[in-house]
Amino acid sequence: MFDLDRWDEIFETIRKNKLRTFLTGLSVASGIFILVVLLGIGEGMRNGIAREFEQDASNLIFVFPGVTSKEYKGLNPGRRIQLKNQDYDQILRLYGDKLDKSASLYQNWGQVLNYGKESGSYAVHGTFPAYQELENMSLTSGRFIDLHDLENSEKAMVIGHRVKLDLFKGEDPIGKMVQVSGVNFKVVGVFTDPGGERDEARAVVPITTAQKAFGGANNIERLYLTMKPEDNFDAAVAASNQFSAQLEDFLKEQHTVAPDDNSAIHINNYLENAKRFFTLMDMIRLFFWGVGICTIIAGVVGVSNIMLIIVKERTREIGIRKALGAQPLSIIGMILHESIFVTAIAGFLGLIFSLTLLEFIGPMIETQYIYNPTVNFTVAINTVVILVIAGALAGFFPAWRAARIKPITALRDE
Amino acid sequence: MIEISNLHKSYKMGANSLHVLKGINLKVAEGELLSIMGSSGSGKSTLLNILGMLDEADEGSYVLDGVPIKNLNEKIAAKYRNKFLGFIFQSFNLIGYKNALDNVALPLYYQGLSRGERTDRAMSYLEKVGLADWSGHLPNELSGGQKQRVAIARALASDPKVLLADEPTGALDTKTSYEVMDLIQEINDEGRTILVVTHEHDIAQMTKRIVNLKDGVIIEDTVVSQVRALENV
Ligand SMILES: Nc1ncnc2c1ncn2[C@@H]1O[C@H](COP(=O)(O)OP(=O)(O)OP(=O)(O)O)[C@@H](O)[C@H]1O
Ligand SMILES: [Mg+2]
Repeated sequence: MFDLDRWDEIFETIRKNKLRTFLTGLSVASGIFILVVLLGIGEGMRNGIAREFEQDASNLIFVFPGVTSKEYKGLNPGRRIQLKNQDYDQILRLYGDKLDKSASLYQNWGQVLNYGKESGSYAVHGTFPAYQELENMSLTSGRFIDLHDLENSEKAMVIGHRVKLDLFKGEDPIGKMVQVSGVNFKVVGVFTDPGGERDEARAVVPITTAQKAFGGANNIERLYLTMKPEDNFDAAVAASNQFSAQLEDFLKEQHTVAPDDNSAIHINNYLENAKRFFTLMDMIRLFFWGVGICTIIAGVVGVSNIMLIIVKERTREIGIRKALGAQPLSIIGMILHESIFVTAIAGFLGLIFSLTLLEFIGPMIETQYIYNPTVNFTVAINTVVILVIAGALAGFFPAWRAARIKPITALRDE
Repeated sequence: MIEISNLHKSYKMGANSLHVLKGINLKVAEGELLSIMGSSGSGKSTLLNILGMLDEADEGSYVLDGVPIKNLNEKIAAKYRNKFLGFIFQSFNLIGYKNALDNVALPLYYQGLSRGERTDRAMSYLEKVGLADWSGHLPNELSGGQKQRVAIARALASDPKVLLADEPTGALDTKTSYEVMDLIQEINDEGRTILVVTHEHDIAQMTKRIVNLKDGVIIEDTVVSQVRALENV
């Protein structure tokens, strides 16, 4: 390897046989390039979908009632189920140790909000402080509703960015009073929501205040619960599935719903959905890997073919070299040295080129489904090594044969 | 310098076997210039290739410069070829992608000489064959005669004991043939042993001894009075 004369020989052959070198290099470089780009896109798709899911707290369990569809214990079907504060309190009492964050929601659609001359119709959500994190809201100014607001049924309100734009124009809303159904609420904060415009056209108040101010009694419309984190994804899915089942049983019993009635209580388990998606993603990734491996195999076959042809083409030259006193090992060494050198350089060029492409083009990809396409560097390096070894092996056998045949036979080769 | 006795060689082709050399006995002293003649297919090339260790005999003994040549593996054969022998082929056998100088320097590479030394020595042999100005040219930029002179320089470069030439003038016109033979005679004048296989009588007359081969045996072995090639150019 460190024989300078050997290097001289190699460089000379490469310089003088540009086309051959180029073709070998091209098949290796393009193989690596295609593989890396494919794996990058596969990873990007996975990242893109993972990001979609991260937008809502991903181990969220979301409960909303419906209408019964079966007769049960003398009660007719078609009965609308109404969740109550007691349901929420009891769930916290029974399962609180499993839960991370929780909030119940009392919601009023189409409430008219007035500020000065401006007014508009928005949804007003009565809820708990944890709602902010559960819904991934971020505050642009002020604060969110807190426990103190809740306990004292304070008339505090956090408004969405859209509401601020509509009612306050350029004004700072913090501390201003907004009228809803004749009740004055003091704006304490402004939020933005990753859900966008539609989700920012609402206002959040303490649930206690909302139930009193809007005649909600102790009714609630929805429950939001997240579970304490588990060690891994599968354990989290199992825990959340088990909890969803318990929750369903509990609520059905509380509201006298037939155990097999599927329309009265809806429990939406995001983690279970996510798992399905991740399984799908794994399948897609597997597919990309399959295609990638096929590409590598094609590359290996290509390199092998080229090596076979190169050795065949050089048979006569090998005969001449042997007549001049070349040792068999030096013949094998010469061919392998060249093939390893060319495939390695080409492989790394393909690698660098494709990684650069991913690096610069990757962040520019603005679709929902591909995000930050990257490639495991070790995988890429290994691929190059595999191709180099394949090239070397593919070159070795014909070189070995050529080095062993009688020089006269090699010389006679046309 | 060369001593062979009872040399046999046959080629196997499927079930058949073609007996080409049927007991050759030959002694060549140092400094001889010998031509091997014979009709096509008589086994001249076969004999020369065995002498050059490019091929192996089936039977018989071969001693080269006091070294018995037998049971050769490819490694030792390569060493001997490099040390003892220089080849000149009818079809030149230059490496196409190497220029004249690099072709001449190649045997020196296999002798393990440093690059500088290789270039110096190769250059001096190119000068000797009158092609110093063509050192940077590729074989396909040279005429047949020039190619053969490069091949001769290459054969000489490793300073071999014996030069083996298989129809060195076979691909050349008469004038160029004589120029090449002049060079060969010159090299022989310096004391080097040379064996030339040829079809042509005029070429054979330019050597000092003619061995005639027929059906795998030597039928005639005569000393001739050498015709100097230069006189005929
Ligand atoms: N590799 C081989 N396999 C089979 N037969 C061979 C082989 N080489 C030579 N022969 C046969 O051996 C015989 C002698 O061949 P050789 O090349 O020695 O002849 P030659 O005297 O050099 O002939 P020419 O003057 O035509 O070059 C020929 O009949 C040839 O067909
Ligand atoms: Mg012949």
